[in-house]
Amino acid sequence: MNASMSQCLMQMVHTDYVIADYQSEIAPRWCTGCGDTAILTAMQRLCRDEQLPPEKTVCVSGIGCASRLPHYMNAYGFHGIHGRALPVAEGIKIRRPDLNVFVTTGDGDCCSIGAAHWLHAIRYNMNMTLLLHDNNVYGLTKKQASPTSPQGMKSNTTPFGATLNPLNPLTVTLGVSNVSFVAQAVDWIPDLLYDILRQAYHHKGFSFVRILQRCPNFMEHRFDDWVRDPSKMRILTHANGLRLKPEVSRVYKNQETHDPLDMPRALALAALKEEIPVGILYRDPTVPCYDELRAGERPSTPGLVELVLNEEFDKVGIWPAETAPAAAGE
Amino acid sequence: MTPTGKQHHAETATLSREETPGTGQSSAEVLQEHIVEIVSDSGEGAQRCGQSLAAIAARSGNGIWTVEIIPAEIQPPHRSVAGASGNRVRIASHRVTNVGDEADLVVAFNEQVLLSRLRAGEVKPGATILLENMWAAYPDPDIRAAYAKVRDEVKAAGYRLYEVPLEVECQKYVPDPRRGKNMFVLGMLCAIYSLDPELARAQVRFTFAKKEQKIVDANVELLDAGRAWAEQNLDLRYAIPAPPVTEPQVVMNGNAALALGVVASGMEVCAMYPITPATSASHYLSNIFEKVGCVVHQAEDEIAACTFAIGASYAGKCAVTITSGPGLSLKQEGIGLAVMAEIPLVVIDVQRGGPSTGLPTKVEQGDLMAAMFGGHGDAPKVVMAASSIEDCFYSVITARKIAETFNMVVVILTDAALATAQQPYPRPKFNADWLAPPVNQSAVPEDAHPYDWDERTGIATRFIPGQPNGMHCLTGLAHDRDSHVAYDPEINEEGLLNRSRKLAALQTTLRLAPVFGDEEGDLLLIGWGSTRGAIEEAVSMLRAEGHKVSSLHLKFLQPMASGIDAVMKRFGKVMTIENNWNDPPSDPLITPDNRRYSHLAQLLRSRWLIDVDCWGKARGQPLKPAAIVQAARAKLAQAQGEDQ
Repeated sequence: MNASMSQCLMQMVHTDYVIADYQSEIAPRWCTGCGDTAILTAMQRLCRDEQLPPEKTVCVSGIGCASRLPHYMNAYGFHGIHGRALPVAEGIKIRRPDLNVFVTTGDGDCCSIGAAHWLHAIRYNMNMTLLLHDNNVYGLTKKQASPTSPQGMKSNTTPFGATLNPLNPLTVTLGVSNVSFVAQAVDWIPDLLYDILRQAYHHKGFSFVRILQRCPNFMEHRFDDWVRDPSKMRILTHANGLRLKPEVSRVYKNQETHDPLDMPRALALAALKEEIPVGILYRDPTVPCYDELRAGERPSTPGLVELVLNEEFDKVGIWPAETAPAAAGE
Repeated sequence: MTPTGKQHHAETATLSREETPGTGQSSAEVLQEHIVEIVSDSGEGAQRCGQSLAAIAARSGNGIWTVEIIPAEIQPPHRSVAGASGNRVRIASHRVTNVGDEADLVVAFNEQVLLSRLRAGEVKPGATILLENMWAAYPDPDIRAAYAKVRDEVKAAGYRLYEVPLEVECQKYVPDPRRGKNMFVLGMLCAIYSLDPELARAQVRFTFAKKEQKIVDANVELLDAGRAWAEQNLDLRYAIPAPPVTEPQVVMNGNAALALGVVASGMEVCAMYPITPATSASHYLSNIFEKVGCVVHQAEDEIAACTFAIGASYAGKCAVTITSGPGLSLKQEGIGLAVMAEIPLVVIDVQRGGPSTGLPTKVEQGDLMAAMFGGHGDAPKVVMAASSIEDCFYSVITARKIAETFNMVVVILTDAALATAQQPYPRPKFNADWLAPPVNQSAVPEDAHPYDWDERTGIATRFIPGQPNGMHCLTGLAHDRDSHVAYDPEINEEGLLNRSRKLAALQTTLRLAPVFGDEEGDLLLIGWGSTRGAIEEAVSMLRAEGHKVSSLHLKFLQPMASGIDAVMKRFGKVMTIENNWNDPPSDPLITPDNRRYSHLAQLLRSRWLIDVDCWGKARGQPLKPAAIVQAARAKLAQAQGEDQ
């Protein structure tokens, strides 16, 4: 997403926004230890650092634990119906380029019931940032397997273990035409989560950020191996990607320099099983954006509407003989 | 608005019949009206021929109504009964409001498509039939035999048959007569109906305006050839006198009128997914919408189309989604969201036969209940129906205004009959008040709430993204005045009450349309949507027979205007006329306890506790005046029997 000119002007006259300006009066009702809290904090930090006017910021969500996030932001929020956050966000953006649009969605909301919209949103490549809160489980409805649940996972709908291999949201996203930004973050490295969100926000196009997120209630030990062993985290760095702070670099030594334009390597990294890649897998700022392609050459005005209507009426017009604009057939 | 240049011939042509030269007007039989059908295999251009004939007649000042004859498949087998494709044109001296009854004259490109129309009962006994005769000498003996069989049957049945050498004549002008016969036939019909040659040429040039000049010229040549051939070889000469045109008019089909209505309504976003028979409205809109700075978004599915429109509306640009029955079903959850969150939205449902995929190309008024009650929970929304081509145009403007005034969903019901039927209507005079005001971006007062429902109307002034101080999280969950999620029983009821109040507030502003016919009598027919023309024509016929029959046509189905009960009580019997299913009382299984009524009848019965009967058909065909007359006579006879 790009900051617009009007926002720059707003920033010049507005006193600085602070974190509290993005906190709603409602206290988050996520479980203690929920990864969603880290994501909300990163979002609010991003808004503060980018000085986004709250009234020009819209957080759109579907249904699920992740989709409660808009209630906790002091911004415009749209907490709609299950799976449909993306088309709502696209509709908001199509004629309102001045709005900063964020979509917060979960693995059930995005990759299951809303899967069709996810694929097409990648293809539309509209200016917005999607945060996929992926905890590998349905939390709000109390522990059912999601498309990203590991095979064998026991849940209320899979008491004998999940039957299928999980869907990999990264490889799927990378495989769709017009993909322009794919990144992965984890809730337990907040510095990198923030940095990735910041880069996603600055990308012009559809920024897809998958955030692996811990669910302390229903998937308590899902990511323990990775949380406890930093060497199993593969941190992707690049001059055009993440630049690590020394303190992060000291802990996470398993680093790889990855050019975000290298699609074959991005696909290989996305498919890693033993390690979790964190960073920007793919970024191509040259992919055209649907909202810009469909922006129209001129704004709609009453004069224009009248002109076009009359042009159309003329094509199918019948005139009284004495008032006909011109005789035919001469 | 003065069109210039040669390509505007068609728009500017204005000729009255009196000025028409050299068409043997003096010897023509004068008619009040005629129904003409042109049928061919799919792809032979009979539809274009019929549409052009209608346009020429309309520009001459005639009343017209057209109906497409559409096979269900894109490429049905050649020379098959199932593959009949074409157009029916009703041409009259007076204004025409419906398809009429049986055809008076049929042009058929082969005997099988003719058979299709005969079997469907669409051709008047003794009607004139012009049949392509190339099959009589066709190399395949089976085809020769099939042709001879139908020809002999048609003759024996008393039709007035002309075998016409279309193929042979057209070969003189074009290498492939399959791509040109239609204009030759158009020329023949212009001769038969004494239509002005220059007007016809202008129409053909207009029809092919996007083609290269030699194609335009070839088609004009075929048109003239068809006329000349008919003048020399046919003894058919009719004139359907048209009164002079006194005010500017436009002629188009219902879907084009919807598209222009969207432009005129000031809506800037249309989100749709292709579905028959609604799509042509979006086709038309796609051609012009960008010129006014607006966008048609073809979404990935019906649900996305609906929710995309909701997103645009939420952001201040009231949007429309155009669909047909199956799409309406898919949109229902989104519609419920718009109701709950009070986001304005216009939904257009061009109804077709259902349920499921049903009859995609054919008419039915089967979605009224789905439009009113289709979603889960109590979801009050406005439902209105367009009853003519002109009404399609203005309904969209009205719908957008209601949607934005009340922050409600407005569903407009049209149907497959209106979608493709052409009819002239007075040229709309643009009014800037039709358009939406600019998006409100002013700061919200500090003490205002996003759902400050007004007790008198239920309306809350919504906050649009970009408005300072207006930040809130809209939700499909039950919510309080601050849009906070609330499961409290009182708060839930407050929301239900206010959403319902809006419908009541709108209802107080509605006025019932006048009764067609006397204000009291023996039988009142009530209809909605596209059946208006047929019902009123039937009422006129019944009244001419001396029956005390009137009709009432409803534009708003939800809410309904006050006063309907008072009208109903002034008639001995009340019966709805609807193009949808109802259980026939004559069926041995059907009793008063289990009979399922037509939609509107059910609604009227339950609201006003009046014994409203219904008559209707769900055969995928528009209702015909003569059939309605019969049904009304039967109802009157039944009532008389009850009295004795």
